[in-house]
This record gives sequence, structure tokens and C-alpha cells, in this order.
Amino acid sequence: MLGRIGQALKGAAMLDFIGAFGLGMKYMIAPKKTVQFPHERNPQSPRFRGEHALRRYPNGEERCIACKLCEAICPAQAITIEAEPREDGSRRTTRYDIDMVKCIYCGLCQEACPVDAIVEGPNTDFSVETREELYYDKAKLLDNGDRWEREIAKNLELDAPYR
Amino acid sequence: MGFLPNFGVWWDAFQASPAGWVAWTVGHILLITVVLLLTIAFVIYGDRKIFAGVQARKGPNVVGPFGLLQSFADLGKFLIKELVIPAGADKAVFLLAPLISVTLALGAWAVMPIAPGWSVSNINVGVLYLFAVSSLGVYGIIMGGWASNSKYPFLGALRSAAQMVSYEVSIGFVMITVILLAGTLNLNEITKAQDGGIWHWFMFGGGPNWQTNWPLLLVMFPMGVIFFISGLAETNRPPFDLPEAESELVAGYAVEYGSTPYMLFYLAETSNIVLMSGLMAVLFLGGWHAPWPEGYLAAWPAWLASLHGLVFYAIKTFFVFFMNAMVRSIVPRYRYDQLMRLGWKVFLPTSLVAVFIVSGWLVYTGMGA
Repeated sequence: MLGRIGQALKGAAMLDFIGAFGLGMKYMIAPKKTVQFPHERNPQSPRFRGEHALRRYPNGEERCIACKLCEAICPAQAITIEAEPREDGSRRTTRYDIDMVKCIYCGLCQEACPVDAIVEGPNTDFSVETREELYYDKAKLLDNGDRWEREIAKNLELDAPYR
Repeated sequence: MGFLPNFGVWWDAFQASPAGWVAWTVGHILLITVVLLLTIAFVIYGDRKIFAGVQARKGPNVVGPFGLLQSFADLGKFLIKELVIPAGADKAVFLLAPLISVTLALGAWAVMPIAPGWSVSNINVGVLYLFAVSSLGVYGIIMGGWASNSKYPFLGALRSAAQMVSYEVSIGFVMITVILLAGTLNLNEITKAQDGGIWHWFMFGGGPNWQTNWPLLLVMFPMGVIFFISGLAETNRPPFDLPEAESELVAGYAVEYGSTPYMLFYLAETSNIVLMSGLMAVLFLGGWHAPWPEGYLAAWPAWLASLHGLVFYAIKTFFVFFMNAMVRSIVPRYRYDQLMRLGWKVFLPTSLVAVFIVSGWLVYTGMGA
């Protein structure tokens, strides 16, 4: 009985509310956690797996040797590769397609690649208006590689000690 | 009208003539409505900022400096959106419901003593009028919920009706304690009864006869708190926002609404929130009176004195509204049975006992008006 009365009085005193009010005021004057996305971005790990890219050697030669390990390991079977020898006798791809709709961004292609050719770069802003634009071909991937080379190289270097 | 400088004889003659009276009153209503709507725009902004602040967010800050024009951007969006009326809806009632809501919400301001001489209509039964209008407000929600011909809106409307009826009972009794102390139903007179400093405010049991009535602080302070909480329930604010509980009923009675009718519903709701804050200020926090004796006002020109009153009324209303917004930010939503328990088993008996105590005290001390 006394316990119930005490509980009722405690409830009527609204101690919970007063405490929560203090906490609310504390957070109101605390620094805001908002990240204003298009203008500000959260920090990104060097291991971040974003849009794919095919890299080149510094002399401009494409790295990919058409070993098809990425195609084999891809759990979503998003990668399609066709290859034949080039005029100079080196083995290169004639077709390297990634279906970005199927891709699950697991990063296994990057892990499998023996020459660091296919990588997942830091880019996340590649939304498009049609599904067809997400069927990346070799030219698009090489273009990504050229565009993001600096960031990708830096991220690979930062991550290298842990591999 | 005490808030304008004296323009001379021709002005008095103009006000005395029937056409002049109509023109003056319409102008007065328009002025109050426009100021009220602007206030509501910034109140919505303030509400969102406070809500965001408690969550360590920034809140609206893109439209205009510090996002001050956010409400106007929203207004533009609502106005140009397509109006969709569900196929099964009762068209006339569906469109009438938000109109009724917003008309009643704005109409309630007619008797509000904003500052000395500022209320559009200084009627004798101002409290009763406010009570009637805010009770009618439930019709807008019921009609909207019913006319949508959909499950969630109907459930929301039913909840809303039950909730508003439950809490109006205790609000009524709380108002009666104030009326007993003030001895009048006229809101202007109730405000004037709290003249002379913070110890005269009804929240602190004072009133005109505070030397005798100060022990009523023990009753009147809880009554003020009960009035505030019942006001939350009355205006469907969190933690009593069950009629529009988004986790249960999506948006309650407003599910099928969009575009301008939706905006009208929310305009009405915000107007009611500000009205409840204002009413709290008038009934318990001394309305337009400053928290200290106001003898110095006698030397001021009338328009400046009324402006002085307006400022204090606005500060108090905003204070109550701020508490309202803080409650919204920090208190989790009540379950429906808890809501009913609080209304019928806690507030109703408490306020009933308070009415007995206050009236008994007034009879015992002979201070009854």
C-alpha cells in the first residue's frame, strides 16, 4: 500500500520528466551531429567497396590479363569476360562487362585479382536513370580507373599493411 | 481599441458609425489572423528546431537564413500539389472536414486576450466560448476520418474523439478552479485579476486576494500542470498523439489527405497548440501581465502599454509552447489504455477534488467573488 502511494507521488512529481528535460537541454546546446550530405561527407575507410574500376600500369598498359578469376569467384555472376591474344601476343580481354545491377559489392573480384586490375573504388555517386546504364562495359570500367586512379592507389597503399 | 494612438475626433466618429464599426472589426480580425498565421509558420519552424536540437540534429536550415522560411516553402509545396480524393470517399464531407477544423481553430482566437484591448470580442463567457469551440474541433477530425472511407483514418478519428472527450472533462474542472478564484468567465477579467506580480498568478494560487489565498498554491500548481498535460491530449500532441500515431495508424485521420486539405488540418492543429499555450498563459501565468507590479505603466501612452502587454503575453505563450515541444521530444507515446487511465482515473478525480478544495477554501475564508 505504502509502496503504491510512494510510486504515485513519485510519478506525480514527474522526476523522470525533469531528468529527461535536463538531458534534452544538454543535447540542445551540445555540438550537432548533423552531416549536411551534399556539402559534407562522413569519413570513408580505405577498404570501402564502391564503384568498380579497371586499372592501368603507369605506362598506360591495362593490368587485366584475362585470367577470369574474378568471373569465377563472383557470387552473383555479374562479370562476363571474353579474351583472345592481342597482335603482340599478350593475353588481353576483348570484353569485360559487369552487371552493376547484379553486383552485391562483396569485393571478392578485387580479392581474387592477381594484378590489382579490377578494384572497387571509393565512388558511391553513380546513380543513373536507366537500368541499361548500369551494365558497365570495358571502356566504362577503364574510364573509371583513369578517373579514380589517384584515390584507388592511395587506398590500396593504406590497406596494404593489413593484407 | 487601446493599442492605437489617438487619431482625434474624426477617428472616434468613424468608429461610432455602423460602417466604420464593420470596417474596423473586419480589419481587426484580418490583422489578428495574419499575425496568427505568421506566428504559426514560425512556431512550426521552432517546433522542428527544438525537436532537432534535443536529438543533436540541426533541423531545417536551408530555406532562408537559419531555415527561417522553411514553413513558407512547405506552404508553397502544399499549395501546388495535386489534390487526390479517394474513389470511395464522401467528397463533400471529405473537403468540408479540414475547413471546419481550420475555421474553428482560428475562430477560437476571437476571445483571446492577447494584450489590453486586443481581443476581437470581449464577451462575458469567453471561457465557455473557447470550451465550446475546442469541443467542436473534434468534428473536423471525425468527419475527415469517416469521409476518407478507409480503416486507419477511421480508427484515428475514433481514438481522437474518445481522447478529446476524456480530457475535456478534466480541462473543464481545472478551468472551474480558475474561474472560482477569478469570479468571472471573461478572459480579459481573468487576466486583470492576476495583475500586480508573479504572486498574483493563478498558477501560484494568488489572484487578487493573494494574502488570503496563497495556500492554494498547493492546489493550483498541480492544476496548472494538469491543464498543460490535458492540453497536450486535447491538441493530439505527443505523448498523446494516438490519433495520428505513425507507427500504428500511419497518419491517423490524415492518411487519405494531401495537398491543401492536409495543410489545413495541420494549420488547425498548430493553431490549437498555440491556442492552448496562450490559454495556459492567460489562465495560469497572468496573461499579458509582467511578473512584477506594473504601476509604471500608468505613465505610459496606451499603445505602448498594450505593446508591453503583448510582449509578455508572447513570451509566456512561447514558454508554454517550448515546454510543449520539449515534451514532444522527450516523452514516449502513451498506450491507449494508459491514456484513458490517466484521463479518467488520475486527472478527473484530482481536478474534481481540487474544485471542492478551492470552492471550500473560498467559502471558508469568505473570499469568494
